[in-house]
Amino acid sequence: MLQFILKRLGLALLVALTVSIISFSLLFLSGDPAAAIGGETATDQDIEAIRVLYGFDRPLPVQYWDWLSSALAGDLGESYYFKLPVATLIVDRLQITMLLGVCGITFALLTAVPLGVVAAIRPNSFIDRLALFLSVAGQAMPSFWFGLILIVVFAIQLGWLPPSGTASAAHFVMPTIVLGYYAMPAIMRLTRAGMLDVLSSDYIRTARAKGAPEGRVLFKHALRNAIIPVVSLAAVQMGFMLGGSIVVESIFALHGAGYLAWESIARNDLPTVQALILVFSLFYIIFTFLSDVLNAWLDPRMRAG
Amino acid sequence: MPDPLLPEPLLTVRGLTIDIPVGGGTLHAVRGIDFDVNRGETLCIVGESGSGKSLTSLALMGLLGGRIDRRAARMEFDGIDLTGANKRTMRALRGDRMSMIFQEPMTSLNPAYSIGDQLTEALLLHRDISRDAARARAVELLEKVGITAAASRLGQYPHQLSGGLRQRVMIAMALMCEPELIIADEPTTALDVTIQAQILRLLVELGREMNMAMILITHDLGVVARVADKVAVMYAGELVETGSADEVFNAPMHPYTRGLLRCIPQPGKTERGARLGTIPGIVPSLVGKVSGCPFRTRCDQVVDACRQDVPHRHPGAGEHAFRCVHENGLRAGGEVVT
Ligand SMILES: Nc1ncnc2c1ncn2[C@@H]1O[C@H](COP(=O)(O)OP(=O)(O)OP(=O)(O)O)[C@@H](O)[C@H]1O
Ligand SMILES: [Mg+2]
Repeated sequence: MLQFILKRLGLALLVALTVSIISFSLLFLSGDPAAAIGGETATDQDIEAIRVLYGFDRPLPVQYWDWLSSALAGDLGESYYFKLPVATLIVDRLQITMLLGVCGITFALLTAVPLGVVAAIRPNSFIDRLALFLSVAGQAMPSFWFGLILIVVFAIQLGWLPPSGTASAAHFVMPTIVLGYYAMPAIMRLTRAGMLDVLSSDYIRTARAKGAPEGRVLFKHALRNAIIPVVSLAAVQMGFMLGGSIVVESIFALHGAGYLAWESIARNDLPTVQALILVFSLFYIIFTFLSDVLNAWLDPRMRAG
Repeated sequence: MPDPLLPEPLLTVRGLTIDIPVGGGTLHAVRGIDFDVNRGETLCIVGESGSGKSLTSLALMGLLGGRIDRRAARMEFDGIDLTGANKRTMRALRGDRMSMIFQEPMTSLNPAYSIGDQLTEALLLHRDISRDAARARAVELLEKVGITAAASRLGQYPHQLSGGLRQRVMIAMALMCEPELIIADEPTTALDVTIQAQILRLLVELGREMNMAMILITHDLGVVARVADKVAVMYAGELVETGSADEVFNAPMHPYTRGLLRCIPQPGKTERGARLGTIPGIVPSLVGKVSGCPFRTRCDQVVDACRQDVPHRHPGAGEHAFRCVHENGLRAGGEVVT
């Protein structure tokens, strides 16, 4: 197990390094950064001065090394737009996005897994049909539309929840539901399919033949095996939620990292975009690593690989 | 009249019937079968693929799926009525007093748990015993089933074991609580031929040693000849002939049994691994109403009366019984072909 963790950790570091190179080169792929900083009114001399000031005239590996070591030290450059250090700029935004992401995935798992399990235990029952309906509806409804409906009903008509902002926990209820509901259908269906598959397997019959009570059969013997693919999926979904909560963040005016990324792209604020991509990718790598470790704990067959 | 001197059988089955709803109607997979198993006795059930052997054993354990309808005039284990038993009663019996070894060793162990966890589970469920004591018992049984370095196996996982080892583990697992009845459903068919005999011998020896009754389902008539006290021959969901091994092997009455045994001369002399003889013809569909003798489509003794109800016949004084329209299993004027 320890060997497995070390191996995965090494792999994760390698991926992180690759990602850092890609996100570094992003600065140059989209044209001359000095020109971008200088703006439209800058003369050639201005641009040349900026180039020297920011060090763009040095060889690329040197620049990369420089960039990487300061990034590791927490210095992600300065935003072209805000003229503030990117690191301070994104920390607040990331907190909001992470809070939303954690709430969203928790909501998704807490609804999808029990629904999927019950649907698998009682196929074609009322719960199974309800689960199917919810998952089809979840997939057919665009997040922005669902979000607007929630705002109209719960914020405007009933007045139960605040429509936008981040001031209190109540502000996060609707965004959590919208974001979680986006991830729920896939998790639910994977849980259901996995449970159905596992419940018809021979080792479940063996467990019953030992006289194991039904709860033990379902949760100890079946769910542990059925949940393995769900863990990987949830990690991927979590990654998507952090990077892709732009829609939800804009509907509910949560000024999170997704929203910032969207704004910064529009403003050509490359250092900010670059830092956000780096951070999102790192989160993604961390989630994948954690889900690999969790899966290896759940499934001894994976520990060897 | 039951003989008051004879002990009650451990297991009594009368009129066991299993119906399965399928696309085109109802599959009458098992129809009214009767048999007894006494304590310490080995009953072998033989019959070709699809004759209902696995369904019968699962029915005894109460492990048929929810859609499957199981009925019986009487089904008792040591005086406990299994037909009306609630889930709790069945759970208390399963894995403790009766246990089962399945046909598929490769998939019958849970991939997520260690051998030790799976071996001790039944014991911990049914007995008030410490974890350490259960593990000690597991090591003891692993050694009994011929697994080397038994203590270190407890921490291993199913995927680290070969098929033969897994089936040995399954056997050890079934023996953990010293059941009074063990049902082994073709415990070796999935294994390499070279270890099949080894494992079966082991199973039978352990059964004798612990004085367990055993229902052994097998295709291997050589094994049957060597280990069976009683034999039940199953064909298309019916028991066509039952009796002591001696009676069935030396005086087979049903044309199907005769067909099976055609190449088998005597108990004890049969070669190891001898397979069921092939009999030409097709097995009737068991979907929808089934009437008359199911073997008539392949029988060399067939007459018109085979379409009607088939009587049970008891040729001797013992338990020997068969179902055939002919008094001795032969058409009038027919000859015994051996
Ligand atoms: N769950 C099920 N649904 C539908 N049909 C089934 C089901 N289980 C068994 N059957 C059918 O019932 C019949 C008897 O099956 P069973 O498994 O008892 O045969 P068997 O004698 O054990 O055969 P084998 O020697 O191949 O193991 C077969 O025709 C099989 O296709
Ligand atoms: Mg079978």
